Amino acid sequence: MADDVTHRTGTATVAATPTAAGRVPTRPAAPGPRRRLSARWRKRLEILFFVTPALTLFAMFVVVPVIQAGRYSVFRWNGLGPMENFVGLENYANALRDQVFTDAVMHNLTIIVLSILIQLPLGLAVALLLNRDMWGRAAMRVIIFVPYVLAEVVAGVVWLMLLQPNGVVDAVLDAVGLGGLTQLWLGNPDIALYTVMFVLTWKYLGLAVILFLAGLQGVPPDLYEAAQIDGASWWQVQRRITIPLLGPTIRTWGFLSMIGSLQVFDMVWILTKGGPANSTVTMATYLINQGTNRSLYGYSSAVAVLLFGISLVLALAYQVFVLRRDNDDAPKPRKATR
Amino acid sequence: MRIVRAAGTAVALTLSVAMLAACGGTDAENGAGGGEAGADGDVTLTWWHNSNSEPGKGYYEQVAADFEAANEGVTIEISALAHEDMLTRLDAAFQTGDAPDVFMERGGGELAAHVEAGLVKDLTDVAADTVDTLGGSVAGWQVDGQTYALPFSVGVVGFWYNEALFEQAGITEAPETMEDLYAAVDALKAEGIEPISVGAGDKWPAAHYWYYLALRECSEDVLSDAVTSLDFSDQCFVDAGEDLVELIGAEPFNAGFLATPAQTGPTSASGLLATEKVAMELAGHWEPGVMQGLTEDNQGLGENTGWFPFPSVEGGAGDPEAALGGGDAWACSQDAPDVCVDFIEYLLSDDVQTGFAENDMGLPTNPAATGSVSDPVLADLLKFRDEAPYVQLYFDTAFGENVGGAMNDEIALVFAGESSPQGIVDATQAAADLG
Repeated sequence: MADDVTHRTGTATVAATPTAAGRVPTRPAAPGPRRRLSARWRKRLEILFFVTPALTLFAMFVVVPVIQAGRYSVFRWNGLGPMENFVGLENYANALRDQVFTDAVMHNLTIIVLSILIQLPLGLAVALLLNRDMWGRAAMRVIIFVPYVLAEVVAGVVWLMLLQPNGVVDAVLDAVGLGGLTQLWLGNPDIALYTVMFVLTWKYLGLAVILFLAGLQGVPPDLYEAAQIDGASWWQVQRRITIPLLGPTIRTWGFLSMIGSLQVFDMVWILTKGGPANSTVTMATYLINQGTNRSLYGYSSAVAVLLFGISLVLALAYQVFVLRRDNDDAPKPRKATR
Repeated sequence: MRIVRAAGTAVALTLSVAMLAACGGTDAENGAGGGEAGADGDVTLTWWHNSNSEPGKGYYEQVAADFEAANEGVTIEISALAHEDMLTRLDAAFQTGDAPDVFMERGGGELAAHVEAGLVKDLTDVAADTVDTLGGSVAGWQVDGQTYALPFSVGVVGFWYNEALFEQAGITEAPETMEDLYAAVDALKAEGIEPISVGAGDKWPAAHYWYYLALRECSEDVLSDAVTSLDFSDQCFVDAGEDLVELIGAEPFNAGFLATPAQTGPTSASGLLATEKVAMELAGHWEPGVMQGLTEDNQGLGENTGWFPFPSVEGGAGDPEAALGGGDAWACSQDAPDVCVDFIEYLLSDDVQTGFAENDMGLPTNPAATGSVSDPVLADLLKFRDEAPYVQLYFDTAFGENVGGAMNDEIALVFAGESSPQGIVDATQAAADLG
């Protein structure tokens, strides 16, 4: 603390200090380079002190595993004993040649596209609806949001039971006279991925809605008043004011949705384990299956690195092509002044 | 927006890397056993088993207490775990080199990998008498002629069926040939009963069909050679696939069988049999116990429980009496104290195995206990096992996780109509060649 006080009053202190020659300077001296340096270092030490716990955790659980996965990925290794069988990039080549892995990549991309095509308009519609004054609005918000906070495993098991052959979903369809639509929802390779997609939409719509609702709070009400005075219709207001101003929120949601879609694991694992006939396999389920069920730890590490690489490329591309406009639009931060 | 970008990047990194962390392991280089020898000569043995419900749990506590009483200074720390939990924890323990002193081994390729990594004790000489008593049962737990674990329960797979539904469909005798099985399937369908449930969602229950058909099509020599040479070029393996395609073509399986799990919940394959939704299921000796857990009255099929062996295949070179099966054995980790061997020999003793049989905890391997199995259906099964010319270890266990896994994956694809008999052989061979 003493040092801190000196720093704050540094200029005055220096001004009052006699020089070696015993003369008092006629004007206050600027802080000397040594003092400036020590202040800078002290600041750095402060930063280091506060970020060390976080950095340590980040290194232990993020950096080290990434490096380890990279190291494992160039070995053929069953997880037991020392790694001796160096195979270079063979694991990567095998993964890229494996039809199941390429199918998994395609399924992940399909989930990304379907998320945006289905969840975005649906989420927007629900958010716009729930943003209006209406009876039961709070209850509706809770109902939409509950699936999102529900544990993935619990939600998955419940849907697994509902979607069984002759299960509740089929029974409901029968009861409302749509018996012809009953399906092997999870047992038919042609539709299993779409069934999983339906459950994912049910689960994650709440996140989109809550984000959009939060974004809607940021739209200035006077814009609506002005539009009203100009005689704009409800649809015109949404199209010209609400949705453009919601842009940054939508783009942020898109980013979260994309990353989530690339990593999707729990729900697929519970509902189908990637089956039937690999029709719902994703990169993550493929990775776990090859690693823990087949004991191909080197190979699955290569798959993990590929998943990491694909996620990183898509995330960076999204930053550059989609999120950058938000950054460009934002006012440039002025250079910090003392 | 800077915050958004930073948060986005953090989310991307964290989520991606969580996956990496999930699959990472650690070098099993430190190889420390769980056993501890105290300064005063006291020894603690850690023992993991999967009898986590009564009467097995209490019985094993008693067994441990008896051993402690007879061996001064020995303390046994028991972890009674759910089966799947135990397997997961064992995998992790092997990878970190911190395995319990006494644990369950399933044999085959899995054991071979443990032996290669130096994780299990060689029991050939130190438990020679018990190995002699167990006879042929230990074959599945031998690597290069050395014995590494003592099997305490070996069971076989066969068809479990609902006697009442068979009667309703007018089936008076259990099928002995594949033709009989097809006739039974037709008779059941004619009554509006789904004939067979199979948990193809978990793959291995589906794979058991191919294993059994290979057992019927291939001679014992071809199969035993394949286990060591990993050469699947014999035509009999393709023939087994052809038989399987024919069986699937007869559409005997429950609706949605591709996504049906093996034995979790009432809509699993075992659940469908237990709740009388289907007439039969191909499963191992564990089935009555599993079914009891899946019905409200804890009775499973009760008095209606029937069992018959897998039918013979016309023209097959395999012995029609041969059985497919597997079991569990007690092993000591490499660094366990010597008393570990005494303990697992005690677990295989006449007294302990007799109690094991009386409690219906499995099918005992010690001949002194075979007469003590109280459940009549399990007693029948035991008779079949003991009369079988040989018991083939489940192929996925025998070939190890990688080759076995590739085999199971491809068999599941055949069930989905997306692969062929040759495809099974090719995928298995490809995994085997990769080593």
